[in-house]
Amino acid sequence: MSAVSPERRLLATGSVRRRKRKSRMVEVVAVLSSGLAVAVLALVVLTVLFKALPALNLDLFTKTEATFGESGGGIAHAFVGSMLLVGIAAAMALPIGVLIAIYVSEFAGPRTAMLVRSSLDVLNGIPSIVIGIAVFSLLVLRFHQNAFIASIALAIIMLPLIARATQEVLALVPQSLREASQALGVSKWRTVLRVVLPTTLGGIVTGATLGIARAAGETAPILFTSTLFTNTVSTDPHHPVASVPFIIFTYSESPDPNLHKQAWAAAFVLIVFVLVTSLTARFILHRAARKLRTG
Amino acid sequence: MDAPAPLPELAAPALASRRSRRDRIGDTGLKWLTAGAAIFALVVIGTIVYKVVQGASLSIGHFGLPFVWHQVWDPNRDIYGALNLIYGTAITSGVALLFAAPLSIAIGLFLSELAPGGVRGVVGALVEMLAALPSVVIGLWGILMLGPFVQTDLEPFLGSFLGWTPFFRGEHHTGGLLPAMIVLTIMIVPISSAICRELFLTVPQELKEGAFGLGLTRWEMVRGVVLPYTRGGVVAAILLGLGRALGEAIAVTQVIGSAQGIHLSFFALGDTLASRIAAQYQGALTSLAVSSLAYLALILLIFTLVVNVSAQVIVKRFELKQGA
Repeated sequence: MSAVSPERRLLATGSVRRRKRKSRMVEVVAVLSSGLAVAVLALVVLTVLFKALPALNLDLFTKTEATFGESGGGIAHAFVGSMLLVGIAAAMALPIGVLIAIYVSEFAGPRTAMLVRSSLDVLNGIPSIVIGIAVFSLLVLRFHQNAFIASIALAIIMLPLIARATQEVLALVPQSLREASQALGVSKWRTVLRVVLPTTLGGIVTGATLGIARAAGETAPILFTSTLFTNTVSTDPHHPVASVPFIIFTYSESPDPNLHKQAWAAAFVLIVFVLVTSLTARFILHRAARKLRTG
Repeated sequence: MDAPAPLPELAAPALASRRSRRDRIGDTGLKWLTAGAAIFALVVIGTIVYKVVQGASLSIGHFGLPFVWHQVWDPNRDIYGALNLIYGTAITSGVALLFAAPLSIAIGLFLSELAPGGVRGVVGALVEMLAALPSVVIGLWGILMLGPFVQTDLEPFLGSFLGWTPFFRGEHHTGGLLPAMIVLTIMIVPISSAICRELFLTVPQELKEGAFGLGLTRWEMVRGVVLPYTRGGVVAAILLGLGRALGEAIAVTQVIGSAQGIHLSFFALGDTLASRIAAQYQGALTSLAVSSLAYLALILLIFTLVVNVSAQVIVKRFELKQGA
């Protein structure tokens, strides 16, 4: 061991080998953790798919709940109700959310912008069940349950998502575009409406899509606002309507295996809707951001 | 607008002044319209807090602060206390966090440091899809698939070699605290790991290369550079996950089994603040019962506000430090 050749020195020995082994182990843990997360997603989605298959038929979308003890039937009333609830909610939240985003990125000073952004984060962090309780004691106690009130609760949940996504894309619009427009003598409001907003259409669509995906799956705000519905297809916002997540919730707690089957089928349709809309939103945002970055 | 001696064909003072007036109205109009929307968001938050407090006021007047540490919840005698539910919320979210925090950091490291380009995008998207799963679907899976598995396999397995601790003994149920913890872990991980990934990506490349240049292994580089650099942010990421877990009502209601009492064993049935509210939405008969549910919502609101606002403060400080 008196003359160690230079090549020998470069080989990992002793403590270096131990350190490398430790590093390797941590890397394996990181890979396994990621694998676990993906496996859980696959497990839930595939379980829902296989359990849903027996009840996935046309009846599911065209019929309403079968009378007690009978098999078959569908949840057409829940699909129509969910569309109504989410549609009204989006119609309320979208314009307000976009206006907030415009204020934050175009008009507010840095401190005000920070304040509004933080409040949106606070609103986003309020549990949906608490929003449900608040809307219940604000509106349901006075006007009784109806679809319109449930939509208001869902709109409150969508609002921060829409405002946030829109504002993030507005921040990507190059400042030079605004300056060029104003240098041509175009007033600020025309610049905002004719130059800035059209370039951020992608962001607005993304925000709306994310909001719709989230609202479509929310159950907690509906618990207090739209549960006393009848077993018929209804599009009247003055009365409570059924909704897909609420149907899944009640069916999952019932002992009737026929209802379990329908809950799986409803869950499958809901998952497909939510995942497709989320992926679309990602795709649109990606394209919009790339277009803005490359000019 | 009052340019000196304009050329004849440009001299259209009437038109110019009309346009400038329209622009003045348009500018202030749009400014106040958008400001109004922003103020509206603040009003919504204020209204939510006010309405929850107002809804709870009857119960607050009746039970006062001791509501928080009283255990009994008995609709028959119209007596309500929140301690069981606060315990249930704390133990389920706390244990879920214990599992979710290291998992989230590990996934964040995988996505930012280890994964090759293609895998990075795909796994990142899949983790985000896990976050997009509606909680009612996770709850459905939890009650019909996870619950029976927990009862017949997981709980006997845990009990067989951890049964000497107080946490893993007692009857096996399809529902209870253990499935609730698993469900909550599934809900925290995608949120926290997505934020962790973003944080780890902000670590300057020079610092990492410097560490490698000194002969550090990848793990030593992570421990010596990445984690210290992002420490505050990682805490905030985990707090944001905790915020979601504390307020999760639906999936927990489906699996936790709605039971009274404080049990050390994770096999026991239980209840949380959010799940009690969700489970009793129609059963509340007296006005005191309704008001007590609002009181629970108020406690929950305070918990989540504290958690979320501290996460935000940490993030702001992190951003300031980075800017400096």
